[in-house]
Amino acid sequence: MFDLKGYGPALAEGAVVTIELAFLSLALALTLGLLGASAKLSGNRVLIGVATIYTTLIRGVPDLVMMLLFYYGGQVAVNALSDYLWETREIDFFFQFDPFISGVVTIGLIFGAYMTETFRGAFLAVDAGQIEAAKAYGFSRWHTFRRVMIPQMLRHALPGIGNNWQVLLKTTALVSIIGLTDMVRVAEEAAKAERMPFHFFIPVAAVYLLLTAGSELFIKWLDKRANVGVVRGN
Amino acid sequence: MAETAPLICRDIHKTFDQLEVLKGISLETRKGDVISLIGSSGSGKSTFLRCINMLETPTSGDIIVHGDPIRFKHNRKGQRVPADNRQVERMRARLSMVFQSFNLWSHMTVLENIIEAPINVLKVPKKEAIERAEAYLNKVGIYERKDYYPAQMSGGQQQRAAIARALAMEPEVMLFDEPTSALDPELVGEVLKVMQSLAEEGRTMIVVTHEMAFARDVSTQVLFLHQGVIEEQGSPEKVFDHPESERMQQFLAPKF
Repeated sequence: MFDLKGYGPALAEGAVVTIELAFLSLALALTLGLLGASAKLSGNRVLIGVATIYTTLIRGVPDLVMMLLFYYGGQVAVNALSDYLWETREIDFFFQFDPFISGVVTIGLIFGAYMTETFRGAFLAVDAGQIEAAKAYGFSRWHTFRRVMIPQMLRHALPGIGNNWQVLLKTTALVSIIGLTDMVRVAEEAAKAERMPFHFFIPVAAVYLLLTAGSELFIKWLDKRANVGVVRGN
Repeated sequence: MAETAPLICRDIHKTFDQLEVLKGISLETRKGDVISLIGSSGSGKSTFLRCINMLETPTSGDIIVHGDPIRFKHNRKGQRVPADNRQVERMRARLSMVFQSFNLWSHMTVLENIIEAPINVLKVPKKEAIERAEAYLNKVGIYERKDYYPAQMSGGQQQRAAIARALAMEPEVMLFDEPTSALDPELVGEVLKVMQSLAEEGRTMIVVTHEMAFARDVSTQVLFLHQGVIEEQGSPEKVFDHPESERMQQFLAPKF
């Protein structure tokens, strides 16, 4: 039944690509989300403007369209930068804007926008007295941010991060469209060649399910840790 | 040479939008003073306390902590802001505050709450900070709760932990912002008792309070605020037993 017709190793490699893609995108999304939320709450009109344009634009364009734009546009941009650096500074700089990088950048940017909103709400949910106490004890802004706001904010943000992560994980499947040999791409090729779609797509679905279910447990554990010291009303 | 006053506030004004909340309040402390700020809600007493450690920036007036005046500048909108945030941070570290709603950091244990600022702000070595914290926890009588999280304790215990946190800074002046107002009546006593023992040790304290018995028995000086000005000021005997202002007389009159 589970004879993968020799596609087993390729599928496994594809799964690794999927996981790498997902984690790198998540790292980028979390970073952008923190930056975006900080910008939106900074009180600085320019920063608020930039962050608002970012979230509005990203959330308003379909993921697939954006991915195609970055894939084709990204290489054009790298080429232009390369030409410019060579002509003006004689710096030899070039890299192939491959599907993997396009995938990380696109998914990171998309989910960075969602994370921005998640973090923004979570920061706003932190009790003002907690921050005031930090101020009153001579904490610098950075120290307050790192030691009080981040840990308190995470309690409110974790459920949202968990949600975004699950959607992000599934969005990685889109990258097969721009030619990345992830798990989905391998399965698609195998399914076409062998004319056995279910035989290859069901294992892929199972792997996604395994990853999302595992993540859910992990998030629950994190949530429990982050909420240490919180007494919940029943 | 005269001893430098721990804290001097000179002609503090504070205006929110159009509303003038403080209309020129001055205060000078000597070491060991316990100054009670009393007055009805909206009289400006909490705002004044918050101006002292710059949680609110006074619209005008000077704050001088141990001879060091806070420097101000005006921003582009013409608002008065501190000229040097580092100076404000250093100053705050010398004036620790106890809040009405405790404001213990809820993600840290009691002990972590108490060592956080000494270690990270005052740069006290961790071991010493822990020893200091344990000594103050003993003093406020909740040593055995040191590994609890704030939410696992009663209000009175939380406020005593907050007082230990304030003490661990070994501050020049302790600021209390209605420290018993959020407590159940039966828990008020344990907090007041701790505060009284601090006063007896000669710590310099400024206390915004509705506890008239505390103000009368423990203070060295009482300030009665009304609509942003000091209506009556002096020793507890003078303010409570021989008030000159009509407002103070009304404030003290039995309410029912």
